[in-house]
Amino acid sequence: MRRHLLSVDDLSRDDIERILGRAESFAEVSGREIKKVPTLRGRTVINLFYEASTRTSSSFELAAKRLSADLVNVKSSGSAVDKGESLKDTVQTLSAYDPAAIVIRSPHAGAAGLVARWTRGSVINAGDGKHEHPTQALLDLYTLKRRAGSLEGLNVWIVGDVLHSRVARSNVLALTRMGCEVTVCGPPTLIPRGIEALGCDVRYTLDGLGEADAVYALRMQQERMSGSFVPSLREYAAQYQIDGRRLGPNQLLMHPGPVNRGVELAAEVIDSPQALITEQVESGVVVRMAVLYELLAGGGAPSGVRTVAEYGEPQPA
Amino acid sequence: MSPTPALEGPGTPVSGAPLDRAPSPPASVLIRGARLLDPRAGLDGRADMLVRAGRVAEIGDALEVPEEAEVVDAVGLHAFPAFVDPHVHLRTPGREDEEDIDSGTRAAAAGGFCAILAQPNTQPVVDSAPVLRSLRDRARVEARVPTGFLAAITVGQGGELLTEMAELAEAGAVGFTDDGLPVRSAGIMRQALQYQRLADRPLVLHAEDPSLSGDGAMHEGEVSALLGLSGIPSVSESTMVARDCALAAYEGGRIHVQHVSALETVEAIARAKASDTHVTCEVTPHHLLLTDEAVRSLDTSLKMNPPLRAELDRQALIAGLRSGTIDCVATDHAPHAREEKEQPFELAPMGVTGLETAFAALHTGLVLPGVLALSVLLERMTAGGAPFGIAAPTLAPGAPANVCLVDLDAEWDVGEAGYESRSGNCAFAGHRLTGRVRMTIADGAVAYRERTFALGAVA
Repeated sequence: MRRHLLSVDDLSRDDIERILGRAESFAEVSGREIKKVPTLRGRTVINLFYEASTRTSSSFELAAKRLSADLVNVKSSGSAVDKGESLKDTVQTLSAYDPAAIVIRSPHAGAAGLVARWTRGSVINAGDGKHEHPTQALLDLYTLKRRAGSLEGLNVWIVGDVLHSRVARSNVLALTRMGCEVTVCGPPTLIPRGIEALGCDVRYTLDGLGEADAVYALRMQQERMSGSFVPSLREYAAQYQIDGRRLGPNQLLMHPGPVNRGVELAAEVIDSPQALITEQVESGVVVRMAVLYELLAGGGAPSGVRTVAEYGEPQPA
Repeated sequence: MSPTPALEGPGTPVSGAPLDRAPSPPASVLIRGARLLDPRAGLDGRADMLVRAGRVAEIGDALEVPEEAEVVDAVGLHAFPAFVDPHVHLRTPGREDEEDIDSGTRAAAAGGFCAILAQPNTQPVVDSAPVLRSLRDRARVEARVPTGFLAAITVGQGGELLTEMAELAEAGAVGFTDDGLPVRSAGIMRQALQYQRLADRPLVLHAEDPSLSGDGAMHEGEVSALLGLSGIPSVSESTMVARDCALAAYEGGRIHVQHVSALETVEAIARAKASDTHVTCEVTPHHLLLTDEAVRSLDTSLKMNPPLRAELDRQALIAGLRSGTIDCVATDHAPHAREEKEQPFELAPMGVTGLETAFAALHTGLVLPGVLALSVLLERMTAGGAPFGIAAPTLAPGAPANVCLVDLDAEWDVGEAGYESRSGNCAFAGHRLTGRVRMTIADGAVAYRERTFALGAVA
C-alpha cells in the first residue's frame, strides 16, 4: 500500500496517538542491550538530504537500522546533485533501487510532495523549506506528553523566528490537533501575516508568558537572516530571550536544536530540569522508528495519510 | 453605437499600427447561419456573413454564394469580432525551445485572437532598432496573426539608461516596456515619461516594488503563511501604480498598467482615471478566475508574477472589468520549459500560458454563472489594442475581416489534446471549459481552423 508523510495535516488525532503509542513500545526496545528488531529486514530506506542536518539525518539513520532496513545516505554535496542533476532525475534514479521509503530534506517547500509523485516508495518529509517538518512535531508531542502526562488543554507558547520556521508550522498544526492552545510570539517582522489561520494566537511581547504550561523556543536562524528582520541580536535577546527570570518554575522548556546559547535561550534554563531539549533528541529515534513502521509495516493506511490517488499520478507537462 | 470605420486594405494591419504577419491569401468565405454578436457595431442576431477579399462584404439573410467563396456551416455557432491580446511572450529571440513566432501566433489564432503584442524581455532584449527590425522581418515570414512588438524602456531592462525610443518608434515599436521588471527608479521613470513626447508610444508598466516583493513566490496571505512561502504583498503592486500614475499626471504622459492583480491597484487606477491621468490597464484571465487558494497544491503552473491573490482581490478585478476601470483582458501568455516548471515551487520560474484558454476560461468562469455579460467580455477582449492605436476588430461591413467562430456549448478538457503553444504550463490545465474556438479569421485571412471542424461543401 502506498502512503506518505508529507505534512502534519495528513494525520488525524487517532493517527498521531497510534504513532506515539508505537514510539513508546519502541522506547522499551531501545532500553535493551540488543536494540534491533527485524521488522524491515531486506527493505531499503534512502535518506536524501539537500540540507545540512545532524539530528534529523542521524536519527532517521538509526531508526531505519534498528528496524533492520538497509540504509543509503545521499547528500547533495558529493553526489550527482553537485553536477546539476535535477531533483526529478535524482529521485527517479534512486527509485530504480526500489526503496521502501525515501526520507527527503530540502530547502524548498513542497519538495517532498514532488518526490511522492516521482517514486513508488513511501515518502517522508524530513523538512521542506520553511513549510513543514512533521516528524519533528511528532517527536515534540511525544516528549511533551511523556513529561506532562496529557496534551489536552495544555497552553504552549512558540517563541522566536516563526517566519522562517518549518518547526513552528508543523507544531502549531500538531499541537492544536491534540487539543493544545497555541500562541506564537516573536518580533512583528518575524511573524508571517495570516499565521492566525493555522489556529494559533499571535503576540508580539512576552507579557503573558506566565500562562504557558510549556515554552517552545525557536532557533534564531542566522543562516536564513537576510534583511533587517531584527535590529540586532542584542535587542532580540533583550526582548525575547527565555531566561531564568522569564521562565517560571512550573513551565516546561523545549527547543528543536541546535541552540544559540545566549540568544534565544540563556544558559541557566538550558541546563535546568525543566528543559526537555535532550529528551527531544532521544525521542527522535523512537518516533522515527514508529513513523517508518507505520508507513512501511503498519496494517492499513492511517485515515489521514493520503494515497497516490489523491496526489495524482506523475503528470505529463 | 456606430461601426468603427476601418478603410485600410487587406494585408495591412487592423489599423495603421505597425503589425506584421506572414503573407496570407485574403479569404472569401460565406459564414452561414451563425449568431453574429458585436456589441460595438450593435450587431446581435442570426444572419449570414460574407467575407470577400478579406473584408466583411455583406451581412444578411440567405446570402447568395459567390463563385469563389468557401461556405462554412456555422449554424449553432457564434461569430464574434476576434480578440486582441496586448501582452504575449513569444520567447523569440533566445528561448525558441519554449515558444517561437510560429507556435505562439498559432496558439493565438487557436484562442480566437486576430492580433497580439509581443513583449521585449527576450535574450537579447529588444532594446535597439536592429533587433526590432530582425524580429519584424521574421514575423513577416512566420506570424499567423498580425503581431506587434514592444521595445524596452531601458537598455537591457537594466533600469538605468533609456533606450533610443525615437528611433525604435520609427522602426515600428508599438510601445515601450521593461515587462518582467518594474522601472525601479522614479527618476528614470520620470525621464521616460518626458522622452515619451518624442516617441509618442505608451509606456507599458510591470508595476512592482522589488523591495516589497523580496524573494516572494506567491501572494502574501494566509496560504503563504501556511505553506511557509515568502509572500508578495498586494501593496508591492499598488504603491508602484500610485507612484507611476502620479508621475504620468505630472508629466502629462500616457501609461498602460500590465496585469493588475490587487484590489488596492484597482482603487489606485480608478482614482487616477477620475483625475484625468492618461492611464489604461489590463487584467489576465487567471487573476480573474483563480486565487491563492489554488496554490495550496504547490502546482508550479499556478506560479506567476503578479501572483494569484485573494478572493477579495478577484472580486475587485471583476468589478473593475465590468465598470471599465480595467480596460481590457490580456493573457500574459508566458511559456516555460517543462524541466524548469518541474521543480519545487520556489525554484520554478514565474509565468503561465493562456492564449488558447482565455476566452473559454472567462466564458466558463464568468459568463455562464451570470457574473459578467457576454457582450462586456467581448468588448474587453477586443479592446487590448486601443492603448496602442490599434482599432478594435469589428464585424461591421466594410471592415477588414477579424472574426472568430465559437461553439459556446462545446466542452473540452484543457491540455487533453496538447497545445498549439510549445509549452504546456497552462494555468487552466486539467480544467473542463465550455466554449471552443472553431475558426479564426485575422485581418482578412483564415488563421486557424479546428482540425475536426467540418467545412460545408462549396455550393
